[in-house]
Amino acid sequence: MAKLKVDGKEIEVPDHFTLLQACEEAGAEVPRFCFHERLSVAGNCRMCLIEVKGGPPKPAASCAMGVRDLRPGPNGEAPEVFTTTPMVKKAREGVMEFLLINHPLDCPICDQGGECDLQDQAMAFGVDSTRYNENKRAVEDKYIGPLVKTVMNRCIHCTRCVRFTTEVAGIAELGLIGRGEDAEITTYLEQAMTSELQGNVVDLCPVGALTSKPYAFHARPWELGKTESIDVMDALGSAIRVDTRGREVMRIMPRVNEEINEEWISDKTRFIWDGLKTQRLDRPYVKKDGRLQPATWSEAFAAIKAAVSGAQPQRIGAIAGDLASVEEIYALKRLMAALGSTDIDCRQDGAALDPSLGRASYLFNPTILGIEQADAALIIGANPRYEASVLNARLRKRFRQGNFPIGVIGEATELRYDYSYLGAGTDTLADLVAGNGSFLDVLKNAKRPLVIIGQGALAGEGGAAVLAQAAKLAAAVGAVTAEWNGFAVLHTAASRVGALDLGFVPAEAGRTAADIVASSQVLFLLGADEVDLTRKSGFTVYIGSHGDNGAHVADVILPGAAYTEKSGTWVNTEGRVQMGNRAGFAPGDAREDWAILRALSDVLGKRLPFDSLAELRRKLYGDYPHFADIDAIAASAPGEIEALAQKAGAMAKSAFASPVKDFYLTNPIARASAVMAECSALARNNFKAAAE
Amino acid sequence: MSVRRLAEESLQPQGFSFSADNAVWAEATIRKYPEGRQQSAVIPLLMRAQEQDGWVTKAAIEHVADMLGMPYIRVLEVATFYTQFQLKPIGTRAHVQVCGTTPCMLRGSEALIDLCRHRIHHDPLTPNAAGTLSWEEVECQGACVNAPMVMIFKDSYEDLTVEALEEIIDRFEAGEGASVKPGPQIERIYSAPEGGLTTLTEAPTSSAGSSAQGSAQPGVSLPPANAGRANADAEETDPKLKTPATDKQGAKASADVSGENADKAKE
Repeated sequence: MAKLKVDGKEIEVPDHFTLLQACEEAGAEVPRFCFHERLSVAGNCRMCLIEVKGGPPKPAASCAMGVRDLRPGPNGEAPEVFTTTPMVKKAREGVMEFLLINHPLDCPICDQGGECDLQDQAMAFGVDSTRYNENKRAVEDKYIGPLVKTVMNRCIHCTRCVRFTTEVAGIAELGLIGRGEDAEITTYLEQAMTSELQGNVVDLCPVGALTSKPYAFHARPWELGKTESIDVMDALGSAIRVDTRGREVMRIMPRVNEEINEEWISDKTRFIWDGLKTQRLDRPYVKKDGRLQPATWSEAFAAIKAAVSGAQPQRIGAIAGDLASVEEIYALKRLMAALGSTDIDCRQDGAALDPSLGRASYLFNPTILGIEQADAALIIGANPRYEASVLNARLRKRFRQGNFPIGVIGEATELRYDYSYLGAGTDTLADLVAGNGSFLDVLKNAKRPLVIIGQGALAGEGGAAVLAQAAKLAAAVGAVTAEWNGFAVLHTAASRVGALDLGFVPAEAGRTAADIVASSQVLFLLGADEVDLTRKSGFTVYIGSHGDNGAHVADVILPGAAYTEKSGTWVNTEGRVQMGNRAGFAPGDAREDWAILRALSDVLGKRLPFDSLAELRRKLYGDYPHFADIDAIAASAPGEIEALAQKAGAMAKSAFASPVKDFYLTNPIARASAVMAECSALARNNFKAAAE
Repeated sequence: MSVRRLAEESLQPQGFSFSADNAVWAEATIRKYPEGRQQSAVIPLLMRAQEQDGWVTKAAIEHVADMLGMPYIRVLEVATFYTQFQLKPIGTRAHVQVCGTTPCMLRGSEALIDLCRHRIHHDPLTPNAAGTLSWEEVECQGACVNAPMVMIFKDSYEDLTVEALEEIIDRFEAGEGASVKPGPQIERIYSAPEGGLTTLTEAPTSSAGSSAQGSAQPGVSLPPANAGRANADAEETDPKLKTPATDKQGAKASADVSGENADKAKE
């Protein structure tokens, strides 16, 4: 610990603190542009200048000077720094004046206006007039992709974007070319960025040089309603803020959640919002004369009632989709139980996850924050870069700290960090379990090994065997102990863990979603679009928000609410229960899904025992108490992994392939989004160019 | 200085590779740096690429990046940062870099620049019609004593007049650049005074050896000063300690891997 005085106030801070951090600790505000807590220190904007007593008679850049570098006074007094002296004020004014020399005065037409660091700090620390008569510098705008718009005249060369892409996103795409006044931020030859996290540079840019291209000129920050919610694009449950104007979602921003997403979100999370406005189901439809035709709610319900009453109860099936919240899955489960059916499933991809094996068998047990404690990792059948981009950034963060060997079984793809490629599928895994391979020693020697199992390894016939073998491997290398559970199942669907917690799986062992689709006389699809519906035989009811695969085959469509239009609970891949909030109302006649199910149950004569969301939650928490612990992870038993390991049997020979074939088009909302379609096309072409 | 961009696509050659000699040299240069720090060789390699092709092409940037395992943008950053890297084709026989910094300017570099403007091309960094000559104004090259001066490739030509520079340019254009004597173009040895020595002209006397102490008045005895002598008592001056200066073996080992020697050995 180091002692120092900030503006006369004595504080004690850890040795590794910079002066800027120490000043913040003491409650003194220090303006900055280039400094960012999660990026390396550049020290090039000079806005954080402070005065150091006894130091050289000039202001010091507080972000780049450590408290250890301070010298004590002549009699051993604590070193002293000042943030409010005339010298500091003059220095800040000078820096601000220099920054504004070349900064255009286009705040009225700038998308950053109202949430601009430069604007705010110019108000707080700048002078009120200009002494500059010459022309301002003009910089050509660069094309850096379909997501980030550039207005390079505004750039102040803080290089946050360069450091972010290099350090966090893990691909050196942006750079600062030229020098001095002519320095410019660009990608190599103005190629589009390929990172799945590139949207974060929009947030990082302290000025309006990098702004969101889809959001350009759509709204001003102060006219937006801001709702804190949870993302459902992947199974991480990143913390987001949904900005709305009236009913319309204008943009999605990240919130800080150190335990999950720090302050990053993936591009799919950020730029999905235009998909919330297109392809929407805004009224019920009933198939008449072979065509889906608009109908009223009562007509739609009547059609369902006719179909259900004509079906055998045990041949009524239900599939829960990837974006569904716990509340509606719970309502659907109760409805199906009331109808007398057990043909329910949430595993659209046929992943061999079974709640009867215990909760630990399908969770990311070490937690996302726990990745930073791990000291070796084995990735089995997952591509975290596409399946959970933000988690991949966390893996990279750990990788950058060093001593983090990573092995991959599955597809050999670019993951944004170095890894040793062990093999393609079950053979390699079996080999490791049998005790061969040099990577086994790496895992054994690690104190906290991490074994990540992706859905790619678990889908299909042999999934159960792979899960058990992975558990056996985890147990064998000491990944499952009382203090550390390194057995980590990486999910791709936001709803999956919650649905497994609810036991939304068929009672009959071995039955899969595909079987249910094929055999049901009446099939309820709760936003289920990823399951293969070509083999469906019976009457199909689609409850969901977007006209996608499910709606195309439906006989009755009940319009539901998208994730921004309902308050719902989602459980992320770690088993963390989180609640999202409603940012706006669903369009047209669409209703929240739980309410649709409640109304339908009444028509079917099996009225569900709740009339409001609060009542539903009371019932839900009564049946499954852990859902009441919002933002917490209910402890899971490591013994379940060991029990699972005992079941390890022979694996059928297969190669693992990630279920995410196209990062940008994994769910109905993304497929409705024009921005995502553009990104997807670009990614495909890049891939082709690279393959040639 | 202005915005520096890569040359337009039509000027860019299809590919780049180092000549056999340069490839050997490049390998040796990369080996100079410790494991994991090979990227430090980016500037020497780019410079050698420029010496080989005359300018830094896009293909060269990508080739060097691939050699060093660097992202292209990182090499582009370096190539655009240093104005010594020519990103566009320059004169094949001479690229005249006229110093325009204060001492040279006071001694008439503006006239030299005017000459270049008329004799070569109106704009700097633009080759003449034949593509043989180009010019640019540069910052101080460190030969202020002999101002004004120009630098053509690796040699400097000093104490110039407009006529002298024109003569030099003519000879370079004719392909006889190697016959021009580098250095001062007037009667002067290096940076010694023009027209011979002006001080210390008298022949050294025989008592010169004792003149260090001889300046003292006779009869007054002064003890020898210790100022400037190494303090031999301190631990760190122990000659047994292996510093880079005394560690002959280590120095030899590092000299063996150095690229310069490898190059010479090859010759």
